[in-house]
Amino acid sequence: MSDAAKAPRERPLSPHLSIWRWHITMASSIANRATGVALYVGALIAAAWALSLASGPDAYATFKAVLGSPLGLVVMFGLTVSFFYHLANGIRHLVWDAGYGFALKTANAASVFVFAFTAAATIAVWVVAAMTGAL
Amino acid sequence: MDSYRTPLSRARGLGSAKHGVGAWIGERVAAIALVPLTLWGVFAVLRLAAGDYQFAVHWIAHPLNAVLMILLLGISFWHMCGGLRVVIEDYIHVALNKSALLLLNLFVCGLAGALSIFSILKVAFGGGAY
Repeated sequence: MSDAAKAPRERPLSPHLSIWRWHITMASSIANRATGVALYVGALIAAAWALSLASGPDAYATFKAVLGSPLGLVVMFGLTVSFFYHLANGIRHLVWDAGYGFALKTANAASVFVFAFTAAATIAVWVVAAMTGAL
Repeated sequence: MDSYRTPLSRARGLGSAKHGVGAWIGERVAAIALVPLTLWGVFAVLRLAAGDYQFAVHWIAHPLNAVLMILLLGISFWHMCGGLRVVIEDYIHVALNKSALLLLNLFVCGLAGALSIFSILKVAFGGGAY
């Protein structure tokens, strides 16, 4: 028990990012966090939408003008990428939580699929947006 | 020797408060609910982006749209509060900073979620300002 009473000792640190060779499952994991944080901002934009709608026509027009501006569209494009990535990779995590898909080949293939799905779904939504007058 | 208790005796009753499984399952249930809700949300954004204020007021007054939008925003804020909480816990190791950021995360999500839901209810029940 005498050890526990002393001040905490220096603990060994786990190997850090710099010594790992990049692999696709690692990139997927990091991207999941990054897109999650991006979508946090996206949800705050959605809250601003609801607030502007409740505030009246002028506030709503301002909100739409900001999001329809070139910078706003870049942000919306980034959010579309983030959303489809986080959606697909979230489902991948749910499959893992259910106990499936841990084999190396399966995990790598799922990563590739998630990135491919993100690209395809993002392009599809923006094509639909352009065709339906949403831009 | 500070104590005659064995390490095992000290550890018993500490550690898990037996609530971890509930929290874990809750995170998954919210994530599963968000799959259909967010896909509907993409459809909603496309409709709303193509319309003006009158359209949006009319659209949100429909019970199905209002309820789905409230569920989407409410569960999203819940989910992202838990998500950023884990990020903060993983990367911030100064106790005071960590507590401050965890509180800020909770308050931002709570405020934004409450504002969103109240705003939607206001427009859905009261109609817009014409």
